[in-house]
Amino acid sequence: MNFNLTFVGQIIAFAIFVWFCTKFVWPPLLAAIEDRRKIIADGLMSADRASKDLELAQERATKIIREAKQEASGIVDAANKRAAKIVDEAKEKGRVEAERIKIAAQAEINQELDRAKEQLRSQVSTLALAGAAKVLEASVDESAHKAMLDKLAVNL
Amino acid sequence: MAAGEYDTAGDYINHHLVNLTYGRLPEGAEHCYGGGTVETTHWAFAGCAAEAEAMGFMAFHVDSLMWAFGLGALTMFLLYRAAKKASPGTPGRFQGFIEMIVEFVGNTTKEVFHGRTGAIAPIALTIFTWVFMMNLMKLVPVDLIPFPLELWFGVEFQKIAATTDPNVTLGMATYVLMMMIFFSIKVKGWGFLKELSFTPFNTWLLIPVNLLLEIVGLIAKPISLGLRLFGNMFAGEVIFLLIAALFGAGLFFLPLAAGLQVAWAIFHILVIVLQAFIFMVLTIVYLAMAHEDH
Repeated sequence: MNFNLTFVGQIIAFAIFVWFCTKFVWPPLLAAIEDRRKIIADGLMSADRASKDLELAQERATKIIREAKQEASGIVDAANKRAAKIVDEAKEKGRVEAERIKIAAQAEINQELDRAKEQLRSQVSTLALAGAAKVLEASVDESAHKAMLDKLAVNL
Repeated sequence: MAAGEYDTAGDYINHHLVNLTYGRLPEGAEHCYGGGTVETTHWAFAGCAAEAEAMGFMAFHVDSLMWAFGLGALTMFLLYRAAKKASPGTPGRFQGFIEMIVEFVGNTTKEVFHGRTGAIAPIALTIFTWVFMMNLMKLVPVDLIPFPLELWFGVEFQKIAATTDPNVTLGMATYVLMMMIFFSIKVKGWGFLKELSFTPFNTWLLIPVNLLLEIVGLIAKPISLGLRLFGNMFAGEVIFLLIAALFGAGLFFLPLAAGLQVAWAIFHILVIVLQAFIFMVLTIVYLAMAHEDH
C-alpha cells in the first residue's frame, strides 16, 4: 500500500481510456440513440396521423352510405309512384274503353230497335187490317183505309 | 503461500493486502526473511512487504496496473463493439444494454451540467463503467485467482481489485483534477486565476490568503474523491478477507463464514455500483463547477 509510480500509470491509463471513449465510443452511440429517438417520434406521429385519416375516411364512408340509402329510398319511392300511376292509367284506359264499348253496344241496340220498329211499322197496317177484318167480319177495302192506317203507323 | 500456511489470521490478511510490486531496490535495503542487504541498486519484484516499502516511489504495482488496464481495455472493447454496431434500427440485447448505460450517464450529466456535455459525458461514461468493472473484481472470492497463480506460477502477491489500491483511485482523481484545471482555464482563461485570487475575500490585500484557501479547496476535491472510493473498497476488501480467514478457522465456523460471505457479497453488489456512481457524479459536479463563473 505504498504510494508509487502506479499512480502515474493510472493517470496515463485513464487519459488513454477517456480519449478512446470520447473519440470512438460516445459519438456513434449517442448519434444512434438520437436517430432512433427521432425515428420513434416520427413513427408515433405518423401513426397518429394515420388514425386521424382513418377517422376521416370512416366519416366519409358513413356519409356516402347515408347518401346512397337516401338515394335508394328515393328511387324506390319514385318507382312506387310510377307503378301506381301506371295502374291508374291502365284503370282509366280500361274505364274509357268500357265506356266506348258500352256506347257502341247502346248504339247497336238502338239501331236494332229502330230497325225492329221500322219493321213493325211496315207491318202494322197489315196487322191492323187483319184485326179489323176479323172484327168486322167483312173485308175492308185496303186501299180505302190505307191513308188512315198509314197515319196510324206514323203515330206509332 | 497458500491459505493454510499462515501463522495467524493477521498474517493471512496482511499478505493479501500486499500488491505484486516491481521496482527499484536501493543499495543497503534489507532483503526479506533475513536474506542480508541489497548490494547494488537494481529493479526486481518485491519478495515481501518490507522490500516493497524500501522501493519507495520508484515502483509499480504490477497487479493493480494490469487489472486496471485490462478491465479498462475490456470495458472499452465492449463499448466500442456496441458503438461500431450502433444503428437507429432495433437494437439487440447487448446493444440495448450498452445504450441504456450510455443514456443513463448522458442524462445524469445533463441534469448536473447545463452546457454542452460533449466533453464531460464521455469522461463520466469511462469512469462509471471502468470503476464498476474494477469494483466488480471484489466479488470474486479473495483466493480464487491469487491462489492458483501462486501455486502454478509462483506469483506470491496478487490483488485483483484495483480500486483497493490508493494509487489507482488517487490517480483517477488526479486526472479529474487535471481536467478541472484544464476546463477552468479553457472556459475562464485569466478569470480562473482571478477567481483563485479574489475569492472568498474580494480585496487584493488578501490575495495570498485567498490563493491558499482556494488551492487547498481545489486539491481537496479530488483527494476526497479518490480516498472515498479507496476507503470504501479497501474496507470492504478487509471484511472479505476476515470472512475468508474465518473459513480457515475450522469446520465449526464454516456455516457462519458462508452466511457472512453471501450477505456481505450481496451488500457489496450495491456498494460497488453506488461507489462507481458517486465517483462519476462527483466528477461531473466538479467539472461542471470548473465551467461556471462565480
